[in-house]
Amino acid sequence: MNKYILYPGCSMESSGKAYGESINMILEPLDIQFDEIDDWNCCGATEYLGINLIPAYSLIARNLALASKQMNPDDGTGGTRTVVAPCSACYLNLAKADYYMQERPSLGVKVNEALEAGGLSYIPGTLDVRHLIDVLVHDVGVDAIRNAVVRPLTGLRVAPYMGCMLPRPDYQHRWTDHEHPTELDDLLRALGADVIDYPLTTECCGGHMTQIGPETAFELIMRLVEDADERGAHLMATVCPMCQMNIDAYQNEMNHFFGTHYHMPILFFTQLMGLAFGKKPGEVGIGTELVSARNALAHIGVEVPVTQEPAAPKKKNEGLPMPRRWTKQEGKEAVK
Amino acid sequence: MPQMTDERVRARLTREEDLSLLHEVSMKTAGVSHLEMCIQCGTCGGSCPSAMDMEHTPRMLFAMLRAGMRDEVLRSNTPWLCVSCYHCVVRCPQEVHIADVMYTLKSMAIHAKLYSDSTAPHFSQTFVDMIETFGRSFEFGLASRHYLRHFPLRLPGMLPMGFGMITKGRMAIIPKKIKHMDQLTAILERANQLELTS
Repeated sequence: MNKYILYPGCSMESSGKAYGESINMILEPLDIQFDEIDDWNCCGATEYLGINLIPAYSLIARNLALASKQMNPDDGTGGTRTVVAPCSACYLNLAKADYYMQERPSLGVKVNEALEAGGLSYIPGTLDVRHLIDVLVHDVGVDAIRNAVVRPLTGLRVAPYMGCMLPRPDYQHRWTDHEHPTELDDLLRALGADVIDYPLTTECCGGHMTQIGPETAFELIMRLVEDADERGAHLMATVCPMCQMNIDAYQNEMNHFFGTHYHMPILFFTQLMGLAFGKKPGEVGIGTELVSARNALAHIGVEVPVTQEPAAPKKKNEGLPMPRRWTKQEGKEAVK
Repeated sequence: MPQMTDERVRARLTREEDLSLLHEVSMKTAGVSHLEMCIQCGTCGGSCPSAMDMEHTPRMLFAMLRAGMRDEVLRSNTPWLCVSCYHCVVRCPQEVHIADVMYTLKSMAIHAKLYSDSTAPHFSQTFVDMIETFGRSFEFGLASRHYLRHFPLRLPGMLPMGFGMITKGRMAIIPKKIKHMDQLTAILERANQLELTS
């Protein structure tokens, strides 16, 4: 039994709901127990840090302080001083606060002074902050995961997408490489999936640029989707709700922007684990993605029940002609 | 490319080397920034996925910091385009905490009101407002407030997406609030006082 303290993060209840649901489905087959931090708050994402330093770190540290109350060092396994965050941005913020409060003790003193106003305190280094895939690959182990597979994903071509905030900056040196880590590949291979070479695995999805500078974000999303498509991936697997949101929810707008027609579904790696462990698609939140994975999953014989697609407001095609990015094929023909 | 402004000429020609700006930024950055150690190799700019949209590459920005060009640095769009991907951070031979320096520069630009495009600062502030009210992020409130203010023309194109997010249960219309909001408010109030005195 592996026990951990869980920091779910805001997106687990909203945009990344499928992530939360599928995580719950893989706990029992892998004999994992999560103890959620009581009354946790938002980690501030990448926004609070750019406004005020001490409040931003105090916001993060409240979670660490609450988590440290829930740890149980007498357990013997040492597992309960580990906080697991499934979201890469939450993971990085928690890990960063813990690390910087040690690297610069004056920050730790000030943050603790702020925490005191709420009757809390946190000694940096008390907890071990780790990402979900880190504990799955390094604690539970790829072999145990392979043993739990009852429906191998044979024939499903998956692009393993790690994103940026997980393997970098990597304060505790947990990954095989900062730019081409292989942990996600190993895990997906254990599920029986056909893992493609995906050199862009740790390139950025655009982060919050979809909200503040869409052109920059679309360019980044395009690179990822285009490369996965050219390499013949049926779908992408991600470890982060923000990556999932950007590539899934903004793919349509990105296609519109460039005049392309990509259809690249992106699922959480835990959804694929759930499927391989024999769970039904609905149990692991499949069907909530906006770029449907139905056709991709047909390759492994998983039938996703057809849900009534909401009738999206139709847009009339009578605007002014807009410049359109050529497809590869058109480009080649033009050169001829 | 930035112009050779008076400030820039003054900074170069008539002043003794003044590192106060560099030190100020370094001191305001979480952790030990290593900013003083930059050797101007340019690995950061070469690794940056949004460098092409930046007015100054990170390397150039750090040179400007060293030259004391406060206004130009704080007006630069560079920190606002940083996507926090940490490519530059792991590649930097001097281990400069580049992404964290960018956060510091954003916060300094907000305090000095020296940003040229308000989209990003407003987004950050709206996000923080949600947290300070509910203790959790509230995507629906954030998105609707932000898009109405900055991208009203983008809204029609985004309707299908927003519609899909809501009908698929991925975006709640009612915010969630933490139990001990009073505790979080007390912590943040104290933290804001400490921020002013530090």
